[in-house]
Amino acid sequence: MVAVTKDNVAEMQAKKGTILLSIKDLRVWFELRRFGFGHAGYVKAVDGVTFDVHHGEAVAVVGESGCGKSSLMKTILGLYKPTKGDVVFDDRNLKDLDTKGKRWFHARVGYVQQDPYGALPPFMNVHRILEEPLIIGGVKSKEERDRRITKALEEVKMSPVDDFLPKFPHMLSGGQQQRIVIARAMIMEPKFLVADEPVSMLDASVRVEILKLLSGLQKTHNLSVIYITHDLATVSYFSERIFVMYAGNLVEKGKVRQILDTPLHPYTMALLTGTSEPDAKNAETFKEIPPGEPPSLVNPPTGCRFHPRCSKIIAGLCDVEEPQEFEPEPGHLVSCWLYK
Amino acid sequence: MSQNNKLLRIEELILYFNTTQGAVQAVDGVNLDLDSNRAVVILGESGCGKSSLAKAILRLLPRNAGNYSGRIYINGQDVMLFTEEEFRQNVRWTSISMVPQAAMNALNPVMRVGDQVAEPAMVHLGVNKTEAIAMAKKMFQHVGVPEDFISRYPFELSGGMRQRVAIAMALITSPNLIILDEPTSALDVLTQANIFNVLKRLKRELSISFILITHDIATSSELADDVAVMYAGQIVEMSDAKNFFKEPLHPYSKKLMASVPRLHGDKEPDFIVGHPPSLINLAPGCRFADRCPSRFEKCVQDPPIIEKDGRKVKCWLYS
Repeated sequence: MVAVTKDNVAEMQAKKGTILLSIKDLRVWFELRRFGFGHAGYVKAVDGVTFDVHHGEAVAVVGESGCGKSSLMKTILGLYKPTKGDVVFDDRNLKDLDTKGKRWFHARVGYVQQDPYGALPPFMNVHRILEEPLIIGGVKSKEERDRRITKALEEVKMSPVDDFLPKFPHMLSGGQQQRIVIARAMIMEPKFLVADEPVSMLDASVRVEILKLLSGLQKTHNLSVIYITHDLATVSYFSERIFVMYAGNLVEKGKVRQILDTPLHPYTMALLTGTSEPDAKNAETFKEIPPGEPPSLVNPPTGCRFHPRCSKIIAGLCDVEEPQEFEPEPGHLVSCWLYK
Repeated sequence: MSQNNKLLRIEELILYFNTTQGAVQAVDGVNLDLDSNRAVVILGESGCGKSSLAKAILRLLPRNAGNYSGRIYINGQDVMLFTEEEFRQNVRWTSISMVPQAAMNALNPVMRVGDQVAEPAMVHLGVNKTEAIAMAKKMFQHVGVPEDFISRYPFELSGGMRQRVAIAMALITSPNLIILDEPTSALDVLTQANIFNVLKRLKRELSISFILITHDIATSSELADDVAVMYAGQIVEMSDAKNFFKEPLHPYSKKLMASVPRLHGDKEPDFIVGHPPSLINLAPGCRFADRCPSRFEKCVQDPPIIEKDGRKVKCWLYS
């Protein structure tokens, strides 16, 4: 158990810019079986993903449902075992952690789920929900636990704290439930937070409130955050870098402004076209959207996985050979043959 | 009379629900006009009564419905006077159909989608099964589902395809008006854009009117001709889309607009402090007053609906 003290924060500040989480050529495949036995292929949910997250940095993984972003996240959290490749957290490979090591890891990682109501046990009140991770984490003193619960609730702006402690999840609004989920993720004072579509189930006006809260916590605690979303519009207020995921691969990586202002991959361009901004002119025109749907991850297309839907396809290349990663401008990487 | 030209005219529609704590004023005096081949968006947060408004229009009332009054004219005819059977025969599906919230997940899992789409035609238009299936195939074309999907089961379709099937089902009886309740909120960005392309095409090709119920301002602009903003059971602003998206009038609409995250530009989105009021035992006066940045003494009285340049706004600021 490491409580966050001033020294601790200073130490974390000093580490800023160094790598906290490193993912190397990660593959997560799920085996398909015919009639319960007999091999019938793999669902290649994550297929060769590489990226780093620095201390105190917020990154976003953007992709549609079924692109493998949730499998990626669950592997990072240690819930799935990688088929191949490594997840290295603070210089320790998740593969090599024993029971004690796993406890060390889980105390340093927080998880904010997508559906707050589904994520909170309906038979526990707020106090119990927040106390449980502390008990498991080995905080023996009752006073210390209560102090940290109060602090966590204050941090997510649930005051007066005493009013909320005896409440059950169904007595709270969607926004308040999501605050409790965030408080629970933060109560072990993690270094690293995984937020899986934290606002997609919330109303538009509450969304901004929760995103601002998360970004405030990220700054004050110098947290590293992976923000998983399908909504490009919310990304710019929260993260520094964006990774765009399609069919198990990261197709484009770059700084927020690079991706939003000068997207390189045709899929990223399509995502940006598909995102609406409130403007009455929208009703007059049709959107140019790539035809079809994301491919099956059992038998993904050969070559570039986006080529069957791509309007800029180079015949004989895109449909044959898997694209390499190119770097047309510094810090902006794209897996697309257009930039060779 | 001018109201006879309107496809739909709603006057002072009220729908309350009885609960042990008192009456929930879900729809409280709503007025709405809709011409043919127009799309009106009902914008509001969850719990503002926008889904109840849709149910009130189609008289799909839950068991605890209390006060249900007002006037609903369809092509000039007052359908509130209809008996339940007349309403079922002449209004539901035939004049107005609805794609309810999460319809894509409400398809019957053990019935082929073609049969499900054909069913309303058989029930309401009295055609036989072969004709109905032929009609279903035509509807599939309209919404962009491949014809051979007709013999598939819902689990064999993606979310976007299922949503199209739900829209095809609403279309098959060729209604004049379709009510869409959050049609794309569970879908991905590209699928969302595709569904809106389908809706825009339907509006042009078949001259259908739409009532689109949503909380998402950005995507609502894809279809809107008019925008009605709903807050705590009442419509607080009614405006044409062009002016609304340029400059909303009501302080609540302004706040909603400011909460939309943008792709470009540095403007930080803003959120609305506080919560919408409970719809039981509402205090008199403007219902948004507690959260309103520009409130003043007059706001303790219920604001009238004020006309400003052809737009309507329920706010004292414009009196």
